[in-house]
Amino acid sequence: MPKIKIPPVLRPSVGGEREVDATGDSVREVLRGLVAAHPATESQLFGEDGELNRYVNVYLGDEDVRVLDGLDTAVGATDTIVILPAMAGG
Amino acid sequence: MLQNRPCGGRYGDIIQSIGNTPIVECKKLSPKPGVRLWAKLESHNPTGSVKDRVARSLIEDAEEKGAIAPGQTILEPTSGNTGISLGMICKLKGYPLKVVMPDNVTPERTQLLSMWGAEIVYSEGSKGSNGAVEMALELAAADSRYYMPYQYGNEANPLAHYNGTALEILEELDQDVSAFVAGLGTGGTLMGNGRRLKEVLGDTVKIVAAEPMQGEPVQGLRSLDDGFIPPIIDLSLLDRKIFVTNSDAIVWTRRLLGEEGIFAGVSSGAIARVAARIAGELDEGNVVFVVADDGWRYLSSGVYTRPLDEIENLESTLWW
Repeated sequence: MPKIKIPPVLRPSVGGEREVDATGDSVREVLRGLVAAHPATESQLFGEDGELNRYVNVYLGDEDVRVLDGLDTAVGATDTIVILPAMAGG
Repeated sequence: MLQNRPCGGRYGDIIQSIGNTPIVECKKLSPKPGVRLWAKLESHNPTGSVKDRVARSLIEDAEEKGAIAPGQTILEPTSGNTGISLGMICKLKGYPLKVVMPDNVTPERTQLLSMWGAEIVYSEGSKGSNGAVEMALELAAADSRYYMPYQYGNEANPLAHYNGTALEILEELDQDVSAFVAGLGTGGTLMGNGRRLKEVLGDTVKIVAAEPMQGEPVQGLRSLDDGFIPPIIDLSLLDRKIFVTNSDAIVWTRRLLGEEGIFAGVSSGAIARVAARIAGELDEGNVVFVVADDGWRYLSSGVYTRPLDEIENLESTLWW
């Protein structure tokens, strides 16, 4: 079963959990599953157009899915999805 | 026109000597004999970081456009290196400098900035560089006497690489580059080098970003909407974007030191880690990675000498 690692800013919306179990074969399905289980996450993760919020980075393992197949990126049973806020350097 | 002179060149002043940094092969870190791993030593720039190129480009661009007046105060958000580079250049050119910097960077950054005469305003460390940008924008909006180059949104940043770093790499490796790996901070290094390399080599070259996985204490955002993506970043230019934890970055920074003799900052360890992974996926070719800064500004943190579990504030420090 895939897992999702939840960043501190999102934990209040998932009952304080750092990691939750997930279902789904794609990043889209996994995140929609998270929203179904924890509706408070929807407005933080997704924009009104149904696309990923601009300031949310989602990783399959350690790779940003936006540079892979986006929300259609395939997720395997043992994969971990990591959600992180966009933080700049410089 | 580049000239490979054995003495390293002759320059009119220290600002002109910025760039033309060496590439050094990392034979021990390469996972495969047919794949050559090359470190582009941006630590060899005058103030010890790649940002010397960016700072020069930002200021010269502003001067060419008539955007700054003699003696005008420059204001800029920075996690340290850009501020330090601006410090040197502004000192020589006579511009007072004010920087906004997170308060959780290593103390050497404060010392180096003070050495160059910069005024420092600290932003909340828990908000990382996002917080510094937010505060600097507020200060600039409130006082029109400042000129803010704004490295996060100024094309002069990536242009420093498009017209400098990338050309050096192509020249030195006879246009034979399979992958280019750099840190994703403002996006300037990846966008500028990426654009030039893709123009010359097409999709045969892969542009790979290594980014910091900021420790939880540094993710002090109220909501995900407090996130920040530098306007100069165009993700479509990247082929891969991979995060590296602070622990892994430090382990690989030590590997650079111990196995290749390269004394580099923490982001360089992260970048080297990703570069070695990319090299492992190839059968042959040249993989170039950027050593963004030297290790002097991290000495007090103990990353080169203490056991990993004894490094203080590992997750609450803004390492890059």
